[in-house]
Formats: sequence, C-alpha cells, structure tokens
Amino acid sequence: MKILPDIQNPNFQRLLWPLAALAGILLFNLFFTPGFFEIEIKDGHFFGSLIDIINRAAPVMLLAIGMTLVFATGGIDLSVGAVMAISGAVAATVIRPDYVKGVLEYGEIQPLYLVIGIPLALSVLCGLWNGILVAFVGIQPIIATLILMVAGRGIAQLITQGQIVVFIHEPFQYIGSGFFLGFPFPIVMVVLIFILTYLLTRKTGLGLFIEAIGANAVASRFMGVREKQIKLAVYMFSGLCAGIAGLVVCADIKAADANNAGLFLELDAIAAVIIGGTLWGGRFTLLGSIIGTLIIQSLTTTILTRGIAPEVTLVFKAVVIIAVALIQSEKFRNVFSVMVASRRTKA
Amino acid sequence: MKRFTSLFASALLVCSMAVTSAQAADKIVVGFSQIGAESAWRVANTDSITSEAKNRPNIDLKFSDAQQKQENQIKALRSFISQGVDVIAFSPVVETGWEPVLKEAKRAHIPVILTDRAVDVQDDTLWVTFMGSDFVEEGRRAGNWLLENYGRLKAEGKSSDVINVVELQGTVGSAPAIDRKTGFEEVVKGSPVKIIKSQSGDFTRAKGKEVMEAFLKSEGKNIDVLYAHNDDMALGAIQAIEEYGLKPGKDIIIVSIDAVRGAFEAMVEGKLNCTVECSPLLGPQLFDAVEALAAGKELPKRIVTNEDVFPAETAAEILPTRKY
Repeated sequence: MKILPDIQNPNFQRLLWPLAALAGILLFNLFFTPGFFEIEIKDGHFFGSLIDIINRAAPVMLLAIGMTLVFATGGIDLSVGAVMAISGAVAATVIRPDYVKGVLEYGEIQPLYLVIGIPLALSVLCGLWNGILVAFVGIQPIIATLILMVAGRGIAQLITQGQIVVFIHEPFQYIGSGFFLGFPFPIVMVVLIFILTYLLTRKTGLGLFIEAIGANAVASRFMGVREKQIKLAVYMFSGLCAGIAGLVVCADIKAADANNAGLFLELDAIAAVIIGGTLWGGRFTLLGSIIGTLIIQSLTTTILTRGIAPEVTLVFKAVVIIAVALIQSEKFRNVFSVMVASRRTKA
Repeated sequence: MKRFTSLFASALLVCSMAVTSAQAADKIVVGFSQIGAESAWRVANTDSITSEAKNRPNIDLKFSDAQQKQENQIKALRSFISQGVDVIAFSPVVETGWEPVLKEAKRAHIPVILTDRAVDVQDDTLWVTFMGSDFVEEGRRAGNWLLENYGRLKAEGKSSDVINVVELQGTVGSAPAIDRKTGFEEVVKGSPVKIIKSQSGDFTRAKGKEVMEAFLKSEGKNIDVLYAHNDDMALGAIQAIEEYGLKPGKDIIIVSIDAVRGAFEAMVEGKLNCTVECSPLLGPQLFDAVEALAAGKELPKRIVTNEDVFPAETAAEILPTRKY
C-alpha cells in the first residue's frame, strides 16, 4: 500500500483536473471571502461554510453515485429528480396519511422503518421500471428514463394532491438535519454509501463487468457477462440512491414539496459525473463524481455568500462549468498550449 | 423519436378536440394555464379556480399545469387556441416573451385574461384585463409595516439607526419578485433600512433555507430583518435561523408576503412577525369576469383583489379562518 498517490497512475491523473478546479474555487474564497474557511463548534457540532457545502451537496452526491454507475454502463438516468419527489411525497404521506384530506391532527406516530422503508421500496421499483425498459425492452436510456422524469413528478403531485405536506417526526427529521459525531447526518450517510459502493464495485468483479458492458455490450455478453441483469441492477441502485436523496431533502425542510423537490437535480448530477471525469460508457470514477458535485455546490455557496446578483448567477455558474469541462479536455489543452507556444515564439 | 412524438401529439390533439366539440354545446369553455404548484399559495389559487368552475354549470374549465416553464405555458395556450376555447386565462410564469402567442390568440378572437401576474407587452390590446394583487403595493406594505414596528420589536441592544435587511427574492424575472422588491425599496428609501444581501430563493422552502444559511454564514448577527417575497421561503429560512442558534421573530424580525396558513402557525409560535396578504382566491372574480365577457360587457383593464396586512398579534385569532 502506498500512501501518497502515484502521479503516473492514470486513475489519479483523471482526478487531477477536477481537483484543480475545486481547489481553484476554494482558493478564490480563501483570499476573497472572509470567514469562508472558519469552522466552529456550535452546540456540539461542526459549523461553517465548508460544512454547508458538503451538507447541501449530499443529495446530489447520492444521485451522482448512482448516476456514475448508470453512466458507466452507457446509460443515463433522467428520472432521479422525479424519484426524489416521489420518495419524499410518500414518506410525508406515511407520516400524515390524512393531511391531504384536510385532517390536521396526526394519527398514531408511524414507526421509522415504515417511513423510510416504503418510499425506498417504491424508489427501487421506479429503478426497476427504468431498468426493464432499458435492458429488456431495449429502449434508449435517455428516452426510457425521460418517461419517469415527466410522469414521476406528476405521480408525486398526485400523492400529495398538489399540496406541500408539512410534518413533525423527530426520528425521521434526523435523516435531514440530525448530527452524528458532530457532522450533519446526510454527510455521514453519503460517506457510508460511497464506501459501500466503492467496495462493491472495486473489490469485487462487479465494477469491471459494469465497465465492460459500457465499453462493448456485445463483446461482454459473449464473454459471459450477464449484461441485462447488471443493467437492471444498476438502474435499481440509481433509483435507491435517488430515493435516499429524496428522504434527505424532505426530512431537512420537514415538508414534502412534490413540485420542487429534486427539480433539475438530475442535471446537476449529470454535470457532476461528467465534470468528475466519467465518460459515457466504460471507465468510471466514483470519487470524481463526488468531486464534481463539490465543485458545483461550492460554486453555489460561493455565489450565495458573496452576493452575486441573482440575475447573473446562472450565467456565472455556466461559465465556470464550461471552463472546468474545457480544462479537462485533452484536445483543448493541446490546442491551448500550441496557441500559447506560438504566441511566445512570435513575441 | 421525433415522428413518434408528433404522431402522439396529433393523436392527443384529435382526442381532445373530439371531447371539446362534444361538450361545448352551450357552455363557456375557459382554458386556464397555471404556473405550477410551487407553493401553498399557488395550490390554493388552483383550488379556488377549479372548485369555482365546478360550481358553475355554464363553465367548462380546461386546466393545464405548466410546471414553472414558460415553454409549457406557451404550448398550453397554443393548444387552447387550436381547440377554440371561448376565453383564455393564465398566470404568466415570467413577464416577457408573450407577444407571439398572445397575437395568435387575438387573431383567433379569443379574449385573454391575466390572473395574478402581469405581462410585459407593447400592445395592451393583446389582453382584456389583468386581475389580481398589486405586488408593488404589497412590497410597500411590507416596508411600511417594518418602518412602523421595527422600533417596538427589535431585540434589546440593537439600534434603530441602521437596520440591516436581507432579502429572499422570488424567482428571478417573475412579476412578484420584481414588484415586491420595487415596492419595498421605494418605501424604505431614505430610512435607516439598508438591504445588505439579496438573493433568489425561487419561492420554495428548500431554497429559502439554503440561501438563508449562506446569508447567516456571511453576515451572522449583523442581520436585523429578513424580508421574504413569500411565506414558504420565510418558513424555510426560519429553520435555518433556528439551526444557526438565533431566535426567528426576535433576534431577526421577519416579514413576508402571501399570508398562507403555515405563516399564521409560525406567527402563533412567535417565529414570524408579519405577513402581507396576497389572496389567491381568485376563482369567483375570474369566472364573474368570464361571464361578463361572454355577455358582451366591457371589463376594466385592472381588477384588484381585496387584501390585508396581518401582524403576529392577530394571528391566533385569524388562523382558524384561513382556507389555505
């Protein structure tokens, strides 16, 4: 075991550029945003902008972990935002089944395993639906998951009847705003799921199978890789991740907002995966996707703490993301260095 | 794929046309395009319109939800035009970009009623009447309430010489966000009130919480007042303030707009100080106007809804009567 990363190692090299971009954003804040790096301990837990970044990025990180595997098989999952909405809506409905009918009193307090279990089971079911469409029916992933992306938000709104279901349920709220060893619980959960996924894909053959399918589905089938089953499992896993992310968001604001929960987050997750260096089909890097998410969220938090005019926020975000994507492109770097070199020789 | 969608779309169109022609014997067909269901306010608005339509036997309502997207709304308006509805009503998601589709409606001789949000078009014959709240006035009311009551409510040790306000704006570019900002700024101009941070929270709880969290990180105890463009963002921000370790409603005075039920609950708990009403119950007024149009009457260009200001002191009394 080497402790220092091997610079020649291609796996490390791929992470280099995303890391550089993240470091750039953080460095900017180090110099220009006072107090950005302060972490205090308040009421026994860590507190500061950096913690905020990771905490707010947690839902997208969960989505990105699932999305990375889907990407590696050569697929895409557009439905994760909608699945988040469904999962939150179901959880809130389990807690307050009669709220949408106008009953404000709580019934008996539902046990936590139901509040978590039912939404997650449904999320996996959503993933199963996507997986069947992609692997067995043979619909293009972008179309297959588009169906649930559009329909899913409608389903979530049907569940909550278009209302925002507010609730109080102490054990469930812990998922969104609790603290474990001083860290916000969503962060702890992301770390656990990340480690689990890492072990599952890198310490067993599963990761290689996934990459093989993404690189060449036909060849891997001839080699005896069970392409369809693995694709199915990957979409189910993505659904599960989205379900957990939905619970985090819902527990955090103590309300199920079917219309806004997870809205456009699928795009953030896809951007994170691509910024992180996973290309469509083939090799994937889970750590890269996590870094990609951190880049996006630290950008958002920077914008909010620095007070850039809201009208230019989206443009600013787009410019930074384009820059990050460009410096990762080897072709662009080559062209760029040739341009710089030619200017030097001219001068 | 493209062929499939267009086939599918035309099939849908044929179906819906068949349905309308069967129904529309002597009813007034109203096409209504709602923005979405982004907040409790909007849900109550939708509810008022759909339930009022059900109560009136002569009205046939075609309801369409745009899920916060202008392109969806334009699509919905086009489909209303091709279905040949009698009246189109809609809440525009943003102010600009409506000229082409409104011209199409005018060419088809379908009158357009704007509900609760205005549009920014050169030619004001493109719409018949704009019905709804005066957002600028709401902003002014929030500002006036703050100026009149800050001295009384401020936490001990805070001065009235400089009042630092953070603002949670609505969706960037939307009429309520622009107008509520304008109205508030107009009133507090020249007063000790200073807006130190202003960001969009997209009218949602989750965003309101996230943005407030960032405000607190950068300004912390400097923040005296939170002005939120709607109650949902204020409710999200209240959670952020509590998690930061301050008392919402005491350490930070909070004034927001809309007056939804959740805001009254928060006021009863002492976490919110004032909410300016923006009534969503437009249904009866809307269909009165529609019937007047059908009867060939002239409508005033502007119909304003009746609204109030609710400070926390009145909350306990009013809460049970709130419908939304």
